Amino acid sequence: MSAIEVRDLTKTYGSLRAVDGVSFDVAPGEFVGILGPNGAGKTTTLEMVEGLRRPDAGTISVLGEPAWPRNRRLLSRIGVQLQASSFFERLTAREQIRTFAALYGVPAQVGDTWLEHVGLVEKADTRVEDLSGGQAQRLSIACALVHEPELVFLDEPTSALDPQARRNVWDLLRGIAAQGRTIVLTTHSMEEAATLCDRVAVMDAGRVLEFDRPTALVERFGVATLEDVFLTLTGREYRA
Amino acid sequence: MSTPSTDAPAESSVRPSEASAFRAIAVAVLKGFLRDKSAVFFAVIFPLMFLVLFGGIFGDQGRSKIDMVQVGPVSILDDLPPQARGAFESTFDVERSDDLAAAIEKVRKGDADVAVVQRGDDLIAHYTQTDPTGAGITQGALRSLVDGANVAASGQPPQFTLTTDSVEDDSLTAIQFMTPGLLGWAVAMSAAFGAAATIQGWRQTKLMRRLQLAPVSTRTVVAARVVVTIAISLAQMAIFLGLGAAAFGLTLTGSWWLAIPLLVVGTLCFMAVGLLAGALTTTTEGAVNAANFVVLPMAFLSGSFFPLDDAPPWLRSVSDVLPLKHLNQGMLDVMVRGEGVGAVWVPLLILAGFALVVTLVAARLFRWDTA
Repeated sequence: MSAIEVRDLTKTYGSLRAVDGVSFDVAPGEFVGILGPNGAGKTTTLEMVEGLRRPDAGTISVLGEPAWPRNRRLLSRIGVQLQASSFFERLTAREQIRTFAALYGVPAQVGDTWLEHVGLVEKADTRVEDLSGGQAQRLSIACALVHEPELVFLDEPTSALDPQARRNVWDLLRGIAAQGRTIVLTTHSMEEAATLCDRVAVMDAGRVLEFDRPTALVERFGVATLEDVFLTLTGREYRA
Repeated sequence: MSTPSTDAPAESSVRPSEASAFRAIAVAVLKGFLRDKSAVFFAVIFPLMFLVLFGGIFGDQGRSKIDMVQVGPVSILDDLPPQARGAFESTFDVERSDDLAAAIEKVRKGDADVAVVQRGDDLIAHYTQTDPTGAGITQGALRSLVDGANVAASGQPPQFTLTTDSVEDDSLTAIQFMTPGLLGWAVAMSAAFGAAATIQGWRQTKLMRRLQLAPVSTRTVVAARVVVTIAISLAQMAIFLGLGAAAFGLTLTGSWWLAIPLLVVGTLCFMAVGLLAGALTTTTEGAVNAANFVVLPMAFLSGSFFPLDDAPPWLRSVSDVLPLKHLNQGMLDVMVRGEGVGAVWVPLLILAGFALVVTLVAARLFRWDTA
């Protein structure tokens, strides 16, 4: 059974076909990246897979259950990191992770151990507004993982981080993947996708153009890097 | 680099309870509020500043009569016609004396406000300017008595008459009037600002989406947010009533506790206003400004800062369609005018109706995406 099974997914906003007949599968334990220029339909696709939006057409099965309508039993099996600042305002790192722990029925001590996992013990009493970008990103990932989900969605987890912080988050994500969780992440960093992901989906104009291992794509396109594959597929011209 | 594996973690068996999720969100929101210095300032300190200010400015207003010492016979006062006597006695407390020097000494010491004596046709009043308001009232009242006596002496019927009608508000001291109105404003402001800032803030940080992706019902999230705001409103009430009673002589009437249901439904009503402001705007600042744009003028037009009894009729008609006016009116009736259940059910229905309609409109206009 696939962790995620998407068939002929379509979503239209007015005259815009944001997602246009998308199908793909993600195997259990797989680390998958979704790449694409802004407006390619990545976010809309993910939001439908997460059960936040209702597809116009197509079917989505997540961990063997339909994604729509919103299904709370399914939600307790998936973890989502939307962006670094999706926090309750003015809480400390510890209060934040404990609040999310409570939302998932997890004891507060488990939340505290996650602060250790992501290296934030020293920042436990720091308010989220005072954390650095990398620290906030790690706390955000910890909040997504506090209930030990089988499937994890990460939205641009390393955007706006300095190289050190980025590598630190990569190590964290590798560790999570090594525990056997299925991970789906969106990113604009080709290096990140090539380094972390088992397979990458390249999306544009609401369609999945390619879905394969990074090395296989590079080989097949006869180019040097994943970035070259991406630019070949989505064009080099600047999009306003 | 990880490799695909099939040994996914076992399905988590923990089932979150709505009660613990409710508690967690409520605590998080309350801590967030208490740590937000500007929110606390505008919810509590700012309205209290008005209470202290108005309490100080108008604190003397309900004070009473002017102490007059009448030395010897004063025909103008002794021969007042009955209706004039009523008005006179509601203004002055008269003490009789035969010693002018002693009477003036009393005025000088502040034990009396004015000493009057009649010499022939001349009414002489001795008073100090220490209290300009009292002095003005004394002078004006005595002058009108003298004028009245002059008209009567001329044998002509007076051409102009003045009819005064004392309405019951006049019997309320300033603090009695100010407290319910300022409390209504304070609650309206913090409920509307809080809801506006929350809906915009949570949308922008995607916390709202994040909570949707947690196995918690939307009802629980909304209930936690609403309960915290209601708790803040009741705390505002406790602080207002406590300070009003302790420092400014606020006296509550029997059914004052009926203000609690009014305040709860009023809080919902103004949270709805905040939601609407949040739905119509795209930034947190915009949402709070929009809420302010609605609430501040409404406070003026709803009698939060001054009574509307003397306002022109069109203004009073405008105020009748404002929910805050009904909240203020209801609280005034039960907190200081001694009215009972009969005074609250109409305001309650109006506030609940507003809350419902405005929430529905806000829900229709709300967009997940800020773009």
